[in-house]
Amino acid sequence: MNAANPAGAATVAPRAPAAAIEVRGLRKSYGTRLVLDDVDLTVAAGTVTALLGPNGAGKTTAVHILSTLVRPDAGSVAIAGHDVVRDTAAVRASIGLTGQFSAVDTLLTGEENLLLMGRLRHLGRRAAKARAAELLERFDLVDAARTPLATYSGGMQRRLDLAMTLVERPAVIVLDEPTTGLDPRSRRTLWGIVRELVAEGTTVLLTTQYLDEADALADRIAVLDGGRIVAEGTPDALKRLVPGGHLRLSFADAPAYDSAATLLPDATRDDASLVLTVATAGGTGTLRTVLDRLDAAELPLEDLSIHTPDLDDVFFALTKGSAS
Amino acid sequence: MTTAIDRPASPRGGGAGSNGPRSHVLADTLTMLDRTMLHLVRYPGLSVFTIVGPVVILLLFVFVLGGTLGAGLPGVDPAGGRAAYLAYVLPGILAITIAGTAGGTATTVSMDMTQGITARFRTMAIARASVLAGHVLGNTIQALIAVALVLGVGLAIGFRPSAGPLEWLATAGMLALVAFAITWLGVAMGMQAKSVETASNLPLVLTFLPLLGSGFVPADSMPDWLQGFAAYQPFTPIIETLRGLLLSTPLGWSPALAVGWCLVLAVGGYVWSRILYERRSVR
Repeated sequence: MNAANPAGAATVAPRAPAAAIEVRGLRKSYGTRLVLDDVDLTVAAGTVTALLGPNGAGKTTAVHILSTLVRPDAGSVAIAGHDVVRDTAAVRASIGLTGQFSAVDTLLTGEENLLLMGRLRHLGRRAAKARAAELLERFDLVDAARTPLATYSGGMQRRLDLAMTLVERPAVIVLDEPTTGLDPRSRRTLWGIVRELVAEGTTVLLTTQYLDEADALADRIAVLDGGRIVAEGTPDALKRLVPGGHLRLSFADAPAYDSAATLLPDATRDDASLVLTVATAGGTGTLRTVLDRLDAAELPLEDLSIHTPDLDDVFFALTKGSAS
Repeated sequence: MTTAIDRPASPRGGGAGSNGPRSHVLADTLTMLDRTMLHLVRYPGLSVFTIVGPVVILLLFVFVLGGTLGAGLPGVDPAGGRAAYLAYVLPGILAITIAGTAGGTATTVSMDMTQGITARFRTMAIARASVLAGHVLGNTIQALIAVALVLGVGLAIGFRPSAGPLEWLATAGMLALVAFAITWLGVAMGMQAKSVETASNLPLVLTFLPLLGSGFVPADSMPDWLQGFAAYQPFTPIIETLRGLLLSTPLGWSPALAVGWCLVLAVGGYVWSRILYERRSVR
């Protein structure tokens, strides 16, 4: 699709590998409640960063400041090199926001919504029409293009919302909890769209409460908790923050299970399902030791699985304070 | 304060969209007006309601109550009470028609605010003036269409104004100014309301005002305390002006007071909306 669209390709090529989003010392409070406390964040151009955090962590406030809807109290935010406070117009020309609440005109049809965006971006009648048709096709909304939004499903509205954000191909796209409330299939569709955008060179910042979403999409993840960035790095680097995973050993019968439990005193027992869980320190040392001991005692193992720490472990370890 | 790298504008920002928001205010206003008009065409239900309500009140007051009410008007022959009352009440009905459209205005504005599309417009650098003007102009036009239709019903059931072309022109001007002022109030109320339901109810206050003025019975037939309110509320001079223009009753200071009130209401609604626009469009 992008190959048929030289304008889109041309805008991607010359972009310098500078930071598309540069946040330094960002603070915001509402009344006495400190919502963002000295937040630093850098998003390199053409990458996806996920801002991960529980409800009330300050994700949406951060997104609102980045997209010029709310002014920061202190600190600086630059989008594509433009300061969000001093150079609002330039920021607005380079950023697209798809918020948590669908920002669509429910009284119009999908096509009319896109044409409205085209007109407001001053594309010209013909260009706006062509762009609308292209986006309807891409977001699988052709059949519903001429029907009012009242008939759209949640996933369709979200896709239209994102399509409206993309009418003028913004360099930076901010997605605030883009898949909240969507069914699994719509979620996958949206993920696919995000990956395509990134492949075309768009920079994406997305907020999410879903760890698998951050893991699936993001090059880097920043964990926001209580208004502070408590961890930042690649998904793999973050997973390494939580040492080790565990081995899960299941046994066919109770005698084998009991013997194994005495051989492995550190294991956590689950008597009902005859499963032993052994913590690993990373590496294969623990696995070798466990298998050696079981072999030596000639204990038959029904099933063995190795669990590396996932982002859930990281998330709960890092946001322990605020998670109820 | 900033560590922003000094780079030329984003290549995507270099197109037609970056001439600055100022140069697009007119074009954007027209786009927003078209959007409002499309809503009206697509969903005529709300508009129909703003016309049906006043027409029902008109028919009720003229055919059910009109004979008796008309006979009580000063200097009216009891035999011609109904016709006299139709002439008396019609300016009040026109005022109620315009006041009633504020509910529709507030509803659509509130929908925009709660659905997040206003936030989208803000991130797109569309001037606040364009967004608000789209609402105000579109709904003023709607109010004028409604008032013209209600006036048409009045003429059909026997309203015979004595106005000449000049008076008709002045009447149209007065109605347009009132519609403009009331629409600004409706926009502000739509922004003020936390939900669409509240938004549709807030402006109901406005539709009661003509009743508490000289719209349905002469104010001097009311108790003293109500007379005081009737004399100093905006709809009394507005109705007296319409009555004077259409039926050649004495105008006095009414036109000046009416214009003054409209300007006060319009500016008040504008300032109110302006203050709320940025605060309320973010949830």
